[in-house]
Amino acid sequence: MPQVMGQALKRHEDIRLIRGRGQYTDDMKLPGMVYAKMVRSPYAHAKIAAVHVAQAINLPGVLAVFTGNDLKDELGLIPTAWIPPNSDLKMTPHPALAYDTVRYVGDAVAVVIAENPYIAQDAADLVQVDYEPLRAVTNPRDAVGPGMPLVHQEIDRNIAFHWSVGPNLDDVFNQADVVVKQEFRQQRLIPNAMEPRAAVAQYNQATDELTLWVTTQNPHIHRLLMSGILGIPEHKLRVVAIDVGGGFGSKIACYPDEVVVSWAARRLRRPVKWTETRQENFMVTSHGRDHVQEVELAGTKDGHIQAVRVKAFSNLGAYLSTAGPGVPTILFGLIVNGAYHIPQASADVYGVVTHTTPVDAYRGAGRPEATYLIERMVDRFAATIGMDPVAVRELNLIEAKAFPYTNPFGLQYDSGNYQETLKIALDMVDYANLRQEQVQLRKDGKYIGIGFSTYVEMCGLGPSEVAGAVGFQGGLWESATVRVHPTGKVTVFTGASPHGQGEETTFAQIVAEELGMPVDDIEIVHGDTARISMGWGTYGSRTTAVGGGAIHLATQKIIQKAKKIAAHKLEVSESDVVFHDGVFEVQGLPELRQLTFQAVALDAYLAWSLPEGIEPALEGTAFYDPKNFTYPFGAHVAVVSVDTATGDVRLMRYIAVDDIGNIINPMIVEGQIHGGLVQGIGQALYEGAEFDDQGQLLTGSLLDYAVPKARFFPRFETAHTVTPSPHNPLGVKGVGETGAIASTPAIVNAVMDALSPFGIEDLPMPLTPEKVWQAVQQAKGGRA
Amino acid sequence: MLTAPFEYRRAERVEDVIEWLSDETRETKILAGGHSLLPLMKLRLATPAILVDVSALRELQGVQEDGEVLRVGAFTRYVELARHSLINQKASLLSQAANVVGDLQVRNRGTIGGSLCHADPAADLPAAVLALEAQLVILGPNGTRRESAEAFFMAPFVTTLGRQEILAAIEIPLSTQNARSTYLKRPHPASGYPVIGVACLIDAIHNQTIGTARLAITGIASTAFRASAAEAQLVGGRLDAETIAKAASTAAINAPLDDDEHTEYKQQLVQVYVSRALQQVAAQED
Ligand SMILES: Cc1cc2nc3c(=O)[nH]c(=O)nc-3n(C[C@H](O)[C@H](O)[C@H](O)COP(=O)(O)OP(=O)(O)OC[C@H]3O[C@@H](n4cnc5c(N)ncnc54)[C@H](O)[C@@H]3O)c2cc1C
Repeated sequence: MPQVMGQALKRHEDIRLIRGRGQYTDDMKLPGMVYAKMVRSPYAHAKIAAVHVAQAINLPGVLAVFTGNDLKDELGLIPTAWIPPNSDLKMTPHPALAYDTVRYVGDAVAVVIAENPYIAQDAADLVQVDYEPLRAVTNPRDAVGPGMPLVHQEIDRNIAFHWSVGPNLDDVFNQADVVVKQEFRQQRLIPNAMEPRAAVAQYNQATDELTLWVTTQNPHIHRLLMSGILGIPEHKLRVVAIDVGGGFGSKIACYPDEVVVSWAARRLRRPVKWTETRQENFMVTSHGRDHVQEVELAGTKDGHIQAVRVKAFSNLGAYLSTAGPGVPTILFGLIVNGAYHIPQASADVYGVVTHTTPVDAYRGAGRPEATYLIERMVDRFAATIGMDPVAVRELNLIEAKAFPYTNPFGLQYDSGNYQETLKIALDMVDYANLRQEQVQLRKDGKYIGIGFSTYVEMCGLGPSEVAGAVGFQGGLWESATVRVHPTGKVTVFTGASPHGQGEETTFAQIVAEELGMPVDDIEIVHGDTARISMGWGTYGSRTTAVGGGAIHLATQKIIQKAKKIAAHKLEVSESDVVFHDGVFEVQGLPELRQLTFQAVALDAYLAWSLPEGIEPALEGTAFYDPKNFTYPFGAHVAVVSVDTATGDVRLMRYIAVDDIGNIINPMIVEGQIHGGLVQGIGQALYEGAEFDDQGQLLTGSLLDYAVPKARFFPRFETAHTVTPSPHNPLGVKGVGETGAIASTPAIVNAVMDALSPFGIEDLPMPLTPEKVWQAVQQAKGGRA
Repeated sequence: MLTAPFEYRRAERVEDVIEWLSDETRETKILAGGHSLLPLMKLRLATPAILVDVSALRELQGVQEDGEVLRVGAFTRYVELARHSLINQKASLLSQAANVVGDLQVRNRGTIGGSLCHADPAADLPAAVLALEAQLVILGPNGTRRESAEAFFMAPFVTTLGRQEILAAIEIPLSTQNARSTYLKRPHPASGYPVIGVACLIDAIHNQTIGTARLAITGIASTAFRASAAEAQLVGGRLDAETIAKAASTAAINAPLDDDEHTEYKQQLVQVYVSRALQQVAAQED
């Protein structure tokens, strides 16, 4: 039996997905199904004076039009599910349909239900809403100022919470030789999953059950929250995520749309479908990032970093989204020291509400915002004291012998050799020669830049005790049931909810390896609360670390039981039985008698002769709570050239040396890294949501919001070191977000390095050609 | 993203189209490749009551030499413009521009007539037809009229086309068939439309004196335009570094750009792209 773990198997799920045979929520067709269309506010902030629905209701084919007033006493408010401790968080009452005030462009005020989607759209256009527009505020720093319009009357200065961590560092900063200060704008990003959101709800009168098919990364969390909002007991509510076409965090949240659709399906006794347009996706599906950060770093003249201090204004949009408050606090503030041994650190975060689309997790969620600031500050510090940024990194990176390493906030970094990844990256890029080439090129008026990012991130979200301590209103363990059928084929039920990451393949590889059977004999089932007892879903690069861990433990339970049955059959004691490559045999006497795993499975089900005290059947369930987070790390290098005539930044090379622990499927890992890099580089160079003063989204479509294209990138050069994580049985760390976390500062550091002859120290992202050109012009002008 | 209701008609005769277009009570629109019109309809920014499919009209088809001109039917799709051997030989500039419109799906559907009549200031083809000094052949209730490309584009999304008129063909003079040309495009990172597109046509090779120089620029101003002052500067000179630099800065200074915080940068782009386009043409001579 060849080894399966570590093999670059092609993705099992692609067979259906790339042939158009997948089943996405919008593919659902149910008898009698009707269609919902939301009527959305064109204003970012307005009083709703009246909603006129008569014309819409009278359109033939329209079943109903419901307004905020119709729903407000029928449904609970949509809650946030992350309440950071000691933050004095104030809830932002979020009705499924707004009934007295709209708080961002796209806030829904009514829903039309019709026989087909065209009629629904026609009718939605006929709903007349009388708005009294009010002043809006969109920038988190502005929003806390005096005299600003309030998003929620009960939230003073628009500060939904204030969270801080770490001691007062005034003394350290006052006494430091070198203090570098910098303000960063983490611009807002729009996730743009390929599949927009959709929901289909069906009420079954016979069983009194409601089934909701929805684009979610976490069906069980959806069920939990929806049960409370809808007042439907959990055992009468089923949430199914069939194929989901990407999420990047934007499908974690519980949205008004699926609440409305569920309620309407029960009310109308008809299945109701709602599918988002791409325009709506831009407007109402959660955005990511959006901080204004004031950062200070204290260090010595010879390059030792002594302290880092951050004050951040985090824009959470109009309502606190499901995981919204956790992202700029726990997932950000606790790791602002990055991969460096920095003795002192503090973070002070204001969670601010504004008249904009709610903000929630977006690939990396908090960690890119932290990594960006520390990686940029290390470069700014190096420039200030006249040292090479690599030398400063070498001096301050946590040393291999320091693990497990406790960071200033008490996080326990698991394992690693950070220096080693940097060394490999330097070799790959041929650093010394490249620096010489750079000097040479500058003489010809050509500007190339080299940028580094030596990052660490925390992922594999769990354990639950920590989840509780940090205010996440859920657990972070994972469930797995491995069901062996009488013929020895296997179905695995996982509480994780992969939506494009490839775990139908990697999970099968884990089981195939451990049970010694072909991957094709194993089916992975996910995303259905009726088939899977419980689970917490897929986000925070947790699926393999936690979900995979659960599968491993469940599989081990099966092997233990099967061994007992095999021993009984072989008429030897259990300790004399060994199991390898799918075969049970007597220790030391393999030729004596062998039993295949499949034969033992059949015995388990026939149950004609089982050992004393052993129950029939062969199935293992595990609920696995990991020991701790995992900490992938690595060194990334970007080489760019800047065309000073146009401001164009060309990415010449990109080197990513990552340590993500053990690797189950190298091809899938490579794909995850590439995708993450593209999104991270997208933030550095191309992407950025913009609102005008009235809160209108100016970048509301793919015509103006630049999602990166494949042709923008060179071939990525990747390499790995492997330091297994001691925090889970598979020794894996997680790879879903590393690229998005690490790459953004590497690019910006590279561009700033290229522009250093012009004295340019920092530019706000995205580094568009016009911005770069203007900066160069200004610098030239300033000199002349 | 769903259109309002509309009626679909497939036209067999030009006369029918002209008659249908005269309906004052129901807005009637010609449907060509649909790659501008249908997105507008899905956004409900356009809500025509009747769509007239003109794909079967003989008058709008075909590519052939006709005396002193190359006649290109309005319903010719980008993919044909890019590949057709006659266009490649006699009006290569048009092929080059068509070849970089949108992506393959767009090029398989979109037509030259649709692009010109839509008159998007960010479209690629207007630059090519301006530089080629094409004539537009227009059919209407009063028969056929011809108009220069230069006169045709009036304002963003506005042309001289009357409500009952149809663009039938584009006629490109064969007088410039031996000239060198290039279309240099800077695609927008999001839309792929040109931030600037420079169509350049020069009749001189090597050290010859330039007799004809055409520079047409799209994407960056409210309509595509000819850089006439820069053209005049090129005529009589040679394609050397100094002439190119002078022409490029003349083009930048005279470009009819809107006055806003981006003007300076746009001017810079005009200068850089005109200069690079001219350098490309100069490089072809070797
Ligand atoms: C994804 C995408 C990317 C694109 N990228 C680019 C790009 O990079 N560069 C670019 O230039 N364009 C681009 N386009 C637009 C594309 O080129 C369109 O095809 C073109 O603008 C319109 O041509 P059409 O044949 O599709 O016309 P239609 O959309 O069918 O019609 C456009 C308009 O012209 C009218 N019309 C059409 N034919 C005639 C006629 N013979 N007489 C009178 N009126 C007529 C129609 O009534 C309508 O008002 C893109 C489009 C898409 C969808």
